[in-house]
Amino acid sequence: MVRFIFTRLSLVVPTFIGITLIVFVLVRLIPGDPIETMAGERGIDPARLAQLRHEYGFDQPVFVQYLYYLGRLFQGDLGRSIVTHEAVITEFKALFPATVELAVCSIIFALCLGLPAGIIAAVRRNSIFDHGVMGASLTGYSMPIFWWGLLLILLFSVQLGFTPVSGRISVMFYVESVTGFLLVDTLLVGDYDAFRSALAHLILPTIVLGTRPLAVIARMTRSSMLEVLGEDYIRTARAKGLPAYRVIAVHALRNALIPVVTVIGLQVGVLFTGAILTETIFSWPGVGKWLIEGINRRDYPVLQGGTLIIGAIIMIINLLVDVTYGLINPRIRYQR
Amino acid sequence: MPLLEIENLSVTFPSQTSDLYAVDGVSLTLERGDVLGIVGESGSGKSVAMLAVMGLVAFPGQVTADRLTFEGRDLLRLSDNERRALTGKDVAMIFQEPTTSLNPSFTIGYQLAETLILHEKMDRKAARRRTIELLDQVGIPAPEGRLDAYPHQLSGGMNQRVMIAMAIACNPKLLIADEPTTALDVTIQAQILDLLLSLQRDRGMALILITHNMGVVADTTARVAVMYAGQIMEERSTESLFGSPQHPYTAALLAARPEASDGGRLATIPGVVPGAYDRPRGCLFAPRCAYATPHAAECRPELRPWQNGLIRCHYPLGDTTRDERIAADRRAAPPAAAPEVA
Repeated sequence: MVRFIFTRLSLVVPTFIGITLIVFVLVRLIPGDPIETMAGERGIDPARLAQLRHEYGFDQPVFVQYLYYLGRLFQGDLGRSIVTHEAVITEFKALFPATVELAVCSIIFALCLGLPAGIIAAVRRNSIFDHGVMGASLTGYSMPIFWWGLLLILLFSVQLGFTPVSGRISVMFYVESVTGFLLVDTLLVGDYDAFRSALAHLILPTIVLGTRPLAVIARMTRSSMLEVLGEDYIRTARAKGLPAYRVIAVHALRNALIPVVTVIGLQVGVLFTGAILTETIFSWPGVGKWLIEGINRRDYPVLQGGTLIIGAIIMIINLLVDVTYGLINPRIRYQR
Repeated sequence: MPLLEIENLSVTFPSQTSDLYAVDGVSLTLERGDVLGIVGESGSGKSVAMLAVMGLVAFPGQVTADRLTFEGRDLLRLSDNERRALTGKDVAMIFQEPTTSLNPSFTIGYQLAETLILHEKMDRKAARRRTIELLDQVGIPAPEGRLDAYPHQLSGGMNQRVMIAMAIACNPKLLIADEPTTALDVTIQAQILDLLLSLQRDRGMALILITHNMGVVADTTARVAVMYAGQIMEERSTESLFGSPQHPYTAALLAARPEASDGGRLATIPGVVPGAYDRPRGCLFAPRCAYATPHAAECRPELRPWQNGLIRCHYPLGDTTRDERIAADRRAAPPAAAPEVA
């Protein structure tokens, strides 16, 4: 197992360098640089522009700029935002808990609905429930996030007034940041009204971000479960006289979960890309919204640093998923 | 009171065009401690018939019977809970592929103890002790060390021993073994059969051995039922069945054994088992039978007593008048080019 983890870690370095190169080149392909963008429509004196570009090093060849960037990166310096002059890592740390809170809630939402839906659909194959779940999940999977988000806001926030339109918590509350997760922090200080407000703000973004993972998990659980239910050992379990719930929830589910766990791991990447759109729609002060603003302001260090950190996180989570895979599948665990 | 009574058991799988008869009017009676062999080609319905006894026929399959009783209790009228309390306790079953029949994600100790905890209401500790005893009884060396092993870490023969241990855990009165040795290599086959028979003798349980291996039947069982296309064709004591088969199908099966060969080509039975769409109206074996007559092709024979056994044939081989009757039936109607199908 230790060797396996090291083999996987050795792949991380080339992947990192690949990410830096791609992001570095791509952000520079967008017309306009940070200084022009900051100057806005009024324009800027050409001499002043040239001077600022020189100060930031934008007048050098892209290749040289890239080498400078890599050099700083290897010293652990992700750079400073051109707009706020704050260190990229500091900004990221401040915003990341909001994104994690949203992503965790979304994946919990997707699991809580997706697993049971997939299991019941498989057990009652070809029933109305099965067709309903499969139809709904296909619709959910195909739904563009920005449109789905706007539809939900229109119905639940605007028409019905059930949920707030945007933000993380009502402006009436101020919660001292301890963990950065508002659901936890509000409970820590015992402010239940603030907790309710934070929860209400979370509902719609969670549904929007969780819809696609939910659809994938439901479909995967169903197909994996169907396969397992036809196995010989399920017949054995029934031949023992075990009640149906035990046959399904213990003997079948344990085996059916193996491919589902892999899919859940892959959803982490989907969650981050989805978070970029979802946070923008709901003005959720997280990493996704920060990146979008970074694009609008051509804030090169923010884009490069943010993408790199997210890439690292996704790689670590995928590694963890592979380790978990071994935990639930004894046939993998014992291979050297 | 017989241990198991089956009368006119049918299992059908409905389909859009015509229902598939996997088992068609099977009747069997089994006393305590009996050893019965069920033989037949693949697809003859022997496994499905026994799955029906276990209550394990999967969803679209429909089980009907005039009588299906175990120790006098009507299995078809029991509630799901009552049926489950019987399954795995008083009636147990082992299967063909031991390695895929055990759950790959649980240790064999867990899978064995599960049965004991469920039916014998043992606590974990007691179940673990009993599990070690059981593994010892089925001839697994160093059983304590095997409890935490997963099925993929054991050989096929060992896994089949585990399956047997699981089946006998609650002292069943009837053990159904569905081709228990087919997936194993020859030396292990003999060991497993010996184990099954010695367990049967020691515990006085009844044993139904499903197989397509005539040699296994000859060595192990006292009575044999020969199944074809979902029906029992012949049933009698093993000795008399092998000595003088009465049904043309039994005779053809015995002649097709490699041991029966004189060194030349192996004897075969021409044609295939009828499927769902070409089921003959009359005798199901008529299209492949050397003695078929127009009467046999039209009129399905009943299972009837014959020479200390049962037979489903118009012209049993031991019948002294059969040649005349076959000739007469063939004269009565000119032989058709191909037997008619329903």
